[in-house]
Amino acid sequence: MSPATGGNGRPRYHLLSVRVENRAGVLARVAGLFARRGFNIFSLVVAPTQDERFSRISIVVDVESAPLRQIVDQLHKLINVVEISELDPGDAREAELLLVTVGVPRSGEPGLVELIGRFGAQVVEESPKATMIMLVGETGPLDEFEAGLGRYGILEIQRTGRIGLPTLSPAT
Amino acid sequence: MEVTGAQALIKSLEEQGVEVAFGLPGGAILPVYDPILDSSIRHIHVRHEQGAGHAAEGYADATGRPGVAIVTSGPGATNIVTPVADAYMDSVPLVVVAGQVAAGAIGTDAFQEVDTTGVTMGVTKHNYLVKDVAEIPRIVAEAFHIATTGRPGPVLIDFPKDVANQRVEWHSAGRVDLPGYSPPAEPDPEAIHRAVELIRAARRPVLYVGGGVVKSEGSRALAALVEATGMPVVTTLMARGIFPDSDPRCLGMPGMHGNYTAVTAMQRSDLLIALGARFDDRVTGKVSAFAPEALVIHVDIDPAEIGKVRRPDVAVVADCRLAIEALVEALAEGGPLEAARLAPWMGQLAEWQARFPYTYDAGDGTTIKPQFVVEQLRAATPDDAILVSGVGQHQMWASQFWRFEQPRTWINSGGLGTMGFGVPAAMGAKVGRPDRMVWAIDGDGCFQMTAQELVTMSMEHIPVKIAILNNSYLGMVRQWQHMFYEERYSSVYLSPDLPDYVGWAESMGAVGLRVTSPEEVRPAIEKANEIEDRSVVIDFRTDPAEHVYPIVPAGMSNDDIVLHPSQTEPAQ
Repeated sequence: MSPATGGNGRPRYHLLSVRVENRAGVLARVAGLFARRGFNIFSLVVAPTQDERFSRISIVVDVESAPLRQIVDQLHKLINVVEISELDPGDAREAELLLVTVGVPRSGEPGLVELIGRFGAQVVEESPKATMIMLVGETGPLDEFEAGLGRYGILEIQRTGRIGLPTLSPAT
Repeated sequence: MEVTGAQALIKSLEEQGVEVAFGLPGGAILPVYDPILDSSIRHIHVRHEQGAGHAAEGYADATGRPGVAIVTSGPGATNIVTPVADAYMDSVPLVVVAGQVAAGAIGTDAFQEVDTTGVTMGVTKHNYLVKDVAEIPRIVAEAFHIATTGRPGPVLIDFPKDVANQRVEWHSAGRVDLPGYSPPAEPDPEAIHRAVELIRAARRPVLYVGGGVVKSEGSRALAALVEATGMPVVTTLMARGIFPDSDPRCLGMPGMHGNYTAVTAMQRSDLLIALGARFDDRVTGKVSAFAPEALVIHVDIDPAEIGKVRRPDVAVVADCRLAIEALVEALAEGGPLEAARLAPWMGQLAEWQARFPYTYDAGDGTTIKPQFVVEQLRAATPDDAILVSGVGQHQMWASQFWRFEQPRTWINSGGLGTMGFGVPAAMGAKVGRPDRMVWAIDGDGCFQMTAQELVTMSMEHIPVKIAILNNSYLGMVRQWQHMFYEERYSSVYLSPDLPDYVGWAESMGAVGLRVTSPEEVRPAIEKANEIEDRSVVIDFRTDPAEHVYPIVPAGMSNDDIVLHPSQTEPAQ
C-alpha cells in the first residue's frame, strides 16, 4: 500500500484498532456498517485477544469516503464494539505480513538472494521453478520489497493488511 | 422450576413489564404461542405481520413504552422488516421476536428459513440469534435495555424453534452487562456553558426541535427554556406537539412542506439550537445553502449525529431533557436575559406569520378541500386526541393544519416514509391509550395497503376513527409528476370507487360513511365522534388537484421555497 495522502495533505488511510466482543456475527456487523454507510475499508484483520471474551479488529479505513470522526462514531454505535483507538503512526507500532511466490528458483538469481537478505525476508518454500517468501514489517518496506520482486515475476501474493498496537509509553 | 425456552421467553417478557404484544403465529414460532395462553400479556392477533410492527410502533409512540411484536420465521420475519426499518429511522423502541427454523437446520434452506439476523442487521439497533436456551433471560433483558435507552430503536430476537422447545431451569436475568454500550446521559457542563454564551449573544435564534425531545419527555423543560429566553421554536415533523401550536412563539413545521416563517426563520437565523434533531434532508433542503449565517448548537444523545450533516459550533452529547434543563439552569445563573434583545427578530417573524400562513383555495363550495377536512376534524376533536397518519399529501396537510397542543398526540412515519403506516399504528396507539380518542388521517393509497387491520380492531374491540382523504390518486406522486414531470401522470390513478371504502369498512366490522360535499363534512365527523364501540371509516371525496404548499423542491435551497399561488413573492 502506498503512503497515500488525501487532498488536504493528511494521510488518506487511517488504522483503527477496534476491540469487539467475541460474538457470532460481529465481523458481519462491522463490515455491514461500512457497506451501508459507504465507508471504504482498505484492509481488515480480525483475531481473538488474550481475553477470550474479546477480539481485536485492525481496520485500515479510507477517509476520503467519510470523515474519520463519523466512521468512529458510527462504529461505536455497534453494541458489540467495546473500544476504538485510532493508531497514529507516531504513537503506534505497526506491522503486516506478506507472503509471495515468485516464478524463479532462488539458486539462479543472486539479485533475489540479495533482496531477501537486505529486507530480512525468509524463504518458506522452494521448487525448481518458484520461490515462496515471507516478510514481516511495516507497510513502507513491504511496498519496496514487493516492488523489488517485480522483475522476478510475482505469481501469487497475499498481504494481511496493517495491524498495530499503541507504542509503549516511556513510563512502561 | 424447569421451563421450556418458549416459557422462559414469555416469563422474561413479563418481567420486563410487557402488557401487550402484537403478532401472528406460524410454524417456527408455534412453541411460543402455547405459553401465551397462560400469560398476563395481551396478545393482539393481527392479520399481517407489517400490521404487528406498525401497531407496536404506534403503541410505543403513544405511551413512551417499548412496543412488542411476535412473528414467525421466513415470510413472517420479512413482512415485519418494513416496520423495523421504520422504527430504526424514527428511533422507536421496539422488541421483535421472530421464530427461526431449528438451529441445526439453519443454513440448509429449510422451509420458511430466512437469515433474519442478517437481513435485519442494517435496520436494527441490535439483534440476537438465540443459540442457548439458558441465554434467554439475559438476551430479553438486554434487548429491552438497548431498545429503550440512549437513542431508542428496534431490537430483534431471532429464536430457533428447537431452542424454544429445550428445557432449562428458570432464572431471572441478572444485571445487564454490555461492555460496549454506555449511552450518554448528563451533558458536559463546559459545553452547556459555551451554549449559554451563544444563546445570550444571539439576536436571531431559533430552537430547532426534533423527535429526540419527544423521546426524552422534554416538553416541560422545553417550555421552561422558551420562557427563560423568549426564543422561537420550530417543531419538525417528528416533534409536532412537543410545544403547543397555540403559543405565538411556536413557528410550526420547517422543511420541504413547512410554512414560510419556520423555513425562513432558520434560513435567516444567527443561532440554531438543534435539540434531538438530525438535519434531515427534508428539513435542510440543499445543505450548503441551509441557514448560512447561523452558528449551531447541536444537542443529541447519539454522538454520530453530531457533525454528520452540519458541523456544530457547540456539541452537547446528552439526553435532550437533561441538556435542556441544564441550559435553563445555567441561563438562570447568569441573570435574566434582556427581553428586548429579540424584539426586532420576533417582530419580523410575526410579520411573516401574518403575511404567509398556510393557506388553500376554499374553492366553489362544491368540492371538498382536504385541508378543510383536517381543520374540521381538529375543531370537532379534543386537544388530547391522538392523530395518526400515513405518508403523503394527507400527512403533510395533517401536520400543517392540525393544531397540536400536547406531546405524543401526533404519530407518523417520518424518516422511512412508509405508506400504510396509519391504520395499524392507530390500532397500536389506541391499545396503548384506550382513554384517548384516536383519529387516523389516511390517504386512499395508504389505506389500501394495510386496511385489513380493521378486522383485527373489530375482533379485539379497539375502536379508532379513520378519515380517508380520498382523492383517487397517489397524491404526492401526482403532485411531483405535475410539478416536475410536465404533468405526465404515470401509475398514480387509483379510482375513487374501487374499492368501495364504505362497503369494505362495513365488511370488516367498522362503520363506513361517505362524504361528498363540504356541508356534510362536519356532521359526519361529529357522528363518528359519537360512535365509541366500533371503528369508523369516513370516505371523504376530496379534490384530486390540490397540491401541498409551500414546497421546497428536492435538492433546492430553502430560499427557493414555493408558496401557495395566492401568496405573492415575499420581499426579502
